Amino acid sequence: MSCERQEIVVFRDITKIFPPGILANDRVSFGVERGTVHVLLGENGAGKTTLMNILYGIHQPDGGAIVLRGKEVRIPSPRVAIELGIGMVHQHFRLIPNHTVWENVVLGFPRVPHLFPALRARQMIRNLSREYGLDVDPDARVWQLSAGEQQRVEILKALLRKAEILILDEPTSVLTPKDVERLFLVLQRMKEEGKTSLFVTHKFSEVGEIGDRITVLRKGRVVGTVPRGEADFETLAAMMVGEKIALSLPKKALSPGCPLLRVEDLWVLDDRGFPGVRGVSFEVREGEIVGIAGVVGNGQRELTEALAGLRPPSRGRILLGEVDVTAWSPQKVREAGLAYVPEDRRMALVGDMTLAENLFLRDYRKAPFRRGILVDWNKVREHAEEMIATYRIVPPVPQLPVRLLSGGNRQRVILAQVLTSRPRVLVVSNPTAGLDILATDFIHRLFLSLQEEGVGILLVSGDLDEILALSDRVLVLYRGTILGERKRPQSGWSEEDRRDIGMMMGGVPGERLVMVR
Amino acid sequence: MRLRLQVTRRLEPSASMVFFVSALSLLLAFLVSGLLFVFLGISPLEAYRVFWQGAFGSLYALSETVKRMIPLAIIGAGLAVSFQASVWNIGAEGQMLIGAIVGTWVALFSPLPPSLLLPVMFVLGFLGGALWGTFAAWCRNRLAINEIITTLMLNYVAANLVLYLILGPWKGKTVRGFAYTDPFPQEAWLTTIGTTRVPLATFLFAFLTALFCYFLLAKTTFGFELRVVGRGEKAAHLAGIPAKRVVALVLFLSGGLAGIAGVGEVSGIHHMLRHPAHISLGYGFTAIIVAWIARANPLGVLASAFLFGALMSGQDALKVAFGIPFQVMYILNGLVLFFLIASEQLLYYRVTLRVAPWGEKEDEYDRVLD
Repeated sequence: MSCERQEIVVFRDITKIFPPGILANDRVSFGVERGTVHVLLGENGAGKTTLMNILYGIHQPDGGAIVLRGKEVRIPSPRVAIELGIGMVHQHFRLIPNHTVWENVVLGFPRVPHLFPALRARQMIRNLSREYGLDVDPDARVWQLSAGEQQRVEILKALLRKAEILILDEPTSVLTPKDVERLFLVLQRMKEEGKTSLFVTHKFSEVGEIGDRITVLRKGRVVGTVPRGEADFETLAAMMVGEKIALSLPKKALSPGCPLLRVEDLWVLDDRGFPGVRGVSFEVREGEIVGIAGVVGNGQRELTEALAGLRPPSRGRILLGEVDVTAWSPQKVREAGLAYVPEDRRMALVGDMTLAENLFLRDYRKAPFRRGILVDWNKVREHAEEMIATYRIVPPVPQLPVRLLSGGNRQRVILAQVLTSRPRVLVVSNPTAGLDILATDFIHRLFLSLQEEGVGILLVSGDLDEILALSDRVLVLYRGTILGERKRPQSGWSEEDRRDIGMMMGGVPGERLVMVR
Repeated sequence: MRLRLQVTRRLEPSASMVFFVSALSLLLAFLVSGLLFVFLGISPLEAYRVFWQGAFGSLYALSETVKRMIPLAIIGAGLAVSFQASVWNIGAEGQMLIGAIVGTWVALFSPLPPSLLLPVMFVLGFLGGALWGTFAAWCRNRLAINEIITTLMLNYVAANLVLYLILGPWKGKTVRGFAYTDPFPQEAWLTTIGTTRVPLATFLFAFLTALFCYFLLAKTTFGFELRVVGRGEKAAHLAGIPAKRVVALVLFLSGGLAGIAGVGEVSGIHHMLRHPAHISLGYGFTAIIVAWIARANPLGVLASAFLFGALMSGQDALKVAFGIPFQVMYILNGLVLFFLIASEQLLYYRVTLRVAPWGEKEDEYDRVLD
């Protein structure tokens, strides 16, 4: 091999146009050095995944070329990409849940004997696991594994196929902070072996920890490539969004009032009939934001659906002010003053109906929208125009089907729906999942201003940054119980708080723990 | 370099687009049908001429078309409402027969004064079909049985019920062994328009039904509720819309309208209850297509019902003129449906020819951005 800092992949003027003329990548050029972790940073729709799919042979570029190890290559399919030593861990894992780990790892892999393949496969997996610290049981079935373990299986798949370059598409979006740390260790280990990682993300907080160099993409173009340490978060954020935005939220220290929502020993069954929420108690006070932190699938959905009246609890009570609203219908709960923003936006919106129709969906029964048996469509339209202006919904066309809106705008529609009735308590579940920075910022600021108006907010989110940025109190939900609670200190959250909460999300109670039942 | 078809998704097809594509697919169906006639040894041009004559060529032909359009339009409007709620009522055939049975009972066996016969026939016929439909709604709401299965199966129950009645207890005393009931008294006949066989009352009712169903869907709170249920059941639940009640009411209405169409056939055309295949000619099934072609718009149903009425009467003329077996008509209908359904893709996707470099992968145009 020649010199040490050699560029293993060079993107040269890569251009990709999706019909009907959407420019996903516009003359993207940058180089990736061998044996580094190269971060590709950008918002949703910036073209990161498209570019990686081109490198992995899923898409063909309409212009430009990929130079691999100094030679221009054409990568017509993932199979060729694998032969060239490129591996990819997709954001949504490509594993077969009913198969075991080793079966998934060797699927489509030629160098396994036909007779007793398991023996050889197990051995190969163990060797690789040891070498890179990818801890996973070869005989476990994939559906039994946590997201972090599944990701390790995907990395094993790539490493077994002798990947020199590993593409990781938003690898941290489903991980606990603990799993993120482990992933970073694996990447470090791969670096020592001279392997190269391409790390795709939209979270700039991760960038400093792992990236050797950072390339920022915006609207399909390269904004710039910077080495680690040469750009702070503000600069990176500005590069991503194209304008200077204030990252810190105007979070005020407010003293919460009396309890608005009280949950007492709540038990809720999940879809399979097992208890998803197991004896949870807490309260949300006037003008308080309570964050429920936790990795997806630890009872968040069951909890919020029980609060919203969508899933009757099997035990326990839900009190709204002094009123017992346990097992009320969604509509009655809403009329009692609790608004619910579900994580699955399809639950709140009807994609094939218009913006105007969706905006009055939750109030269609009431005046002024209803006149006897008729709908007053003039009022509906007026209301839609008002909401579109208030929540700055784009495009501002009341007759547009909602499915044509972007995620951020859909979320604004949902907030407009639920806030029309001036709720006292707002229960929101992953409100900014999949949204870009500007939409996220808009929603966060909206929550803070609602808090100042005295609304009590229960914020359920898998994104710890979001929880910490907004919450006055944080409860950690783990396997259906509250594992611990933290209050926001006067001085704001410390690194220690953050680490403790992260530990609890992984099931380990922190040392300064305040146990709640 | 070579040519490649490129498929891109369209956002919303315009109304003129829908019309243009539908017309084009009908044209293609006729062209391919022409081949069929060539195989049968009939000149395609001659066949087209006979078809045209039979469907529109004379006042009589036009009246035959309208006669068939009426039940299609009445049932189709009800089904349009039901499809808007994503309630897949494919039991209109049976609901229609139940209407015919109830109407026949009133006409032949009820002790009502003659002047009341017709109104009561229609009211009870509506209720009969409506309850037949509501039974499927009950099965879905209470027992979680898919309404497609129940409505379909209830068609056979209704058809066999008709057979039982005309062969057994209701078999006419004056019909010399034929399998139908005695004719209705004159007071239970609908007046026809002039010398045609088109009943005036049901002809007007078809237009009123379409307007009513349109109004229901577009202007009323209930119409809004049922459209939400049809497009997003989860969202409907969260908004507090009683989906079960919507399902029940929709099956009640569409079943009832089919029942009225059934009464219209026995009192306006046949004046007796007879074999199910004679009463209905498959109207209940064809109306599904009628509603579907109209994209579940009750006003559009008027147009598509007319179109299918014309197809039916034109084919009747073909059958008589050339003595071809009636099964051939199924092939013709199949071709029309094939092209109409296939053309759906053209409404939602734009297909263009483009020059592609060698070695390009086939499937990449189906992929979405990020």
